[in-house]
Amino acid sequence: MASWSENPILKVEHLTMRFGGLVAIDDLSFDVGRGDITALIGPNGAGKTTVFNCITGFYKPTEGRLKLRHHDGDTFLLERMPDFKIARHAKVARTFQNIRLFGGMTVLENLMVAQHNPLMHASAFSFAGIFSLPRFRNAEAKAVERATYWLEHVNLIDRADDPASDLPYGAQRRLEIARAMCTGPELLCLDEPAAGLNPRESAELNKLLRYIGANHETSILLIEHDMSVVMEISDHVVVLDYGEKISDGNPEKVKNDPAVIAAYLGVDDEEVETVEQEVGV
Amino acid sequence: MEYFLQQLINGLTLGSIYGLIAIGYTMVYGIIGMINFAHGDIFMVGAFIALIAITALGFVASTGIGLIILALMLVLVISMLFAAVYGWTVERLAYRPLRGSFRLAPLITAIGMSIALQNYVQIAQGARVKPLQPIITGGYTITETMTENGLFAVQLSNIQILIIVTTVILMTLFSLLIAKTSLGRSQRACEQDRKMAALLGVNVDRTISLTFVVGAALAAVAGLMFLLYYGVIDFYIGFVAGVKAFTAAVLGGIGSLPGAMLGGLLIGLIETFWSGYFTVEYKDVAAFSILAIVLIFMPSGLLGKPEVEKV
Repeated sequence: MASWSENPILKVEHLTMRFGGLVAIDDLSFDVGRGDITALIGPNGAGKTTVFNCITGFYKPTEGRLKLRHHDGDTFLLERMPDFKIARHAKVARTFQNIRLFGGMTVLENLMVAQHNPLMHASAFSFAGIFSLPRFRNAEAKAVERATYWLEHVNLIDRADDPASDLPYGAQRRLEIARAMCTGPELLCLDEPAAGLNPRESAELNKLLRYIGANHETSILLIEHDMSVVMEISDHVVVLDYGEKISDGNPEKVKNDPAVIAAYLGVDDEEVETVEQEVGV
Repeated sequence: MEYFLQQLINGLTLGSIYGLIAIGYTMVYGIIGMINFAHGDIFMVGAFIALIAITALGFVASTGIGLIILALMLVLVISMLFAAVYGWTVERLAYRPLRGSFRLAPLITAIGMSIALQNYVQIAQGARVKPLQPIITGGYTITETMTENGLFAVQLSNIQILIIVTTVILMTLFSLLIAKTSLGRSQRACEQDRKMAALLGVNVDRTISLTFVVGAALAAVAGLMFLLYYGVIDFYIGFVAGVKAFTAAVLGGIGSLPGAMLGGLLIGLIETFWSGYFTVEYKDVAAFSILAIVLIFMPSGLLGKPEVEKV
């Protein structure tokens, strides 16, 4: 039994998602290990983002179960929860392929929105907030402290009061991860975090993700096309093609799996060897 | 000059009332992109609840000034609470079920809710105008000058002071709410990206409800002010004031809060100055013509942000 199945944070069981006649995900099962960095890879259109959308409540799966277990033992069935409750109670955070920051708000405010729930609670629906009552001030100070911690780790502390849309692209990507972390997630889903980053930024991202994995109770599930990122940082790789799982294992195993090579090169399994010989792999 | 000053005072008073209503339009537009046509009628309901509360408390101008202020505070709170319930209910019943439907659907139900509220008040309260004995009387004479037509005095009445001061206080509190509190932050977040806000754990439905509640409460304040200022209300006041306030919101740049306040003041000033210097009959024509001209040259309003499309 592989290590990620021993104590998984998320068990995806027989997940199926149909859009009319189109089967986007077909009977997909895999485990996301606790504390691991798990990569979900596959050619374009393989259904990776659809899996994310099911996990974060954007879509209601047609069939299947998504069972999330916190480190303290609380269990959630994500397919039955509305999106804001998945974020609030099940503590799943995500980022998108395209950047979805609140551009008109400052960097710090973006991180404060992510801590909306404890603040809302402390401020009695904000009415205590208008008058700056001590209870609210304390909660606010705590939230700022947490935001500062993450801003320091993504090197954006100097830009805290700038509008988020003024940041350069790479910094916006880092800010999105910081914002997701401010929700205090158990599972962090990153959709192509390295897209559009230059090699230096990409290396910084690897470092940040490793730091999160090592220092926080957060497991990471990421979609990524950049194989240097995937192979370097992930503990476990799941490969999708046409909505089905074609390979599952550690990076070394997946890299050498004929089915994966076939999917990426676009040929049938039987032809892989011929193609490999032709291209000299 | 004295005449100008008097018109300025009158215009600011009227503009404050429009501004308070306009905030409700602009906030709702900002967060869900719909025009809540029933908002003007929430203002009307607020005015009626204030009238009922004043009648129930049974105080008149002869009561001591301290007691009047206390009683008016109570009336204010009551009408804000009731109007907030109305605002919440309208959103819950008529708009939320249609969220995610095509854009025109909530617009049509908004018009429906507007008519429903009007008719409800018409039946429940009668169609006649309801008068209210002046409660806050007196004022100050700022300057007096002799003109060829006799004595001209610039008057600043107590009720005008009350309206302007209340508006300034409420707008300050409200700006603090939007800028500094977690509700304000999540509201702004929902304005920009509702889905993303939900993914960060913001309860979007509740945030939208609270937007309606806050907007309705401000409209109720405007309702009470209107009642105290003019002394007569009927079931139809919501329509005219609503259209004016909506115009104010568009003029200032819909979706922008300072814009709504500025737009309200401008519409109020334009109306009074036009009536003061030209003809009362054409005051609405003047206000709407200026709106049209502003929109031709500044399509997103005075303080609105132009929508930039990235390619």
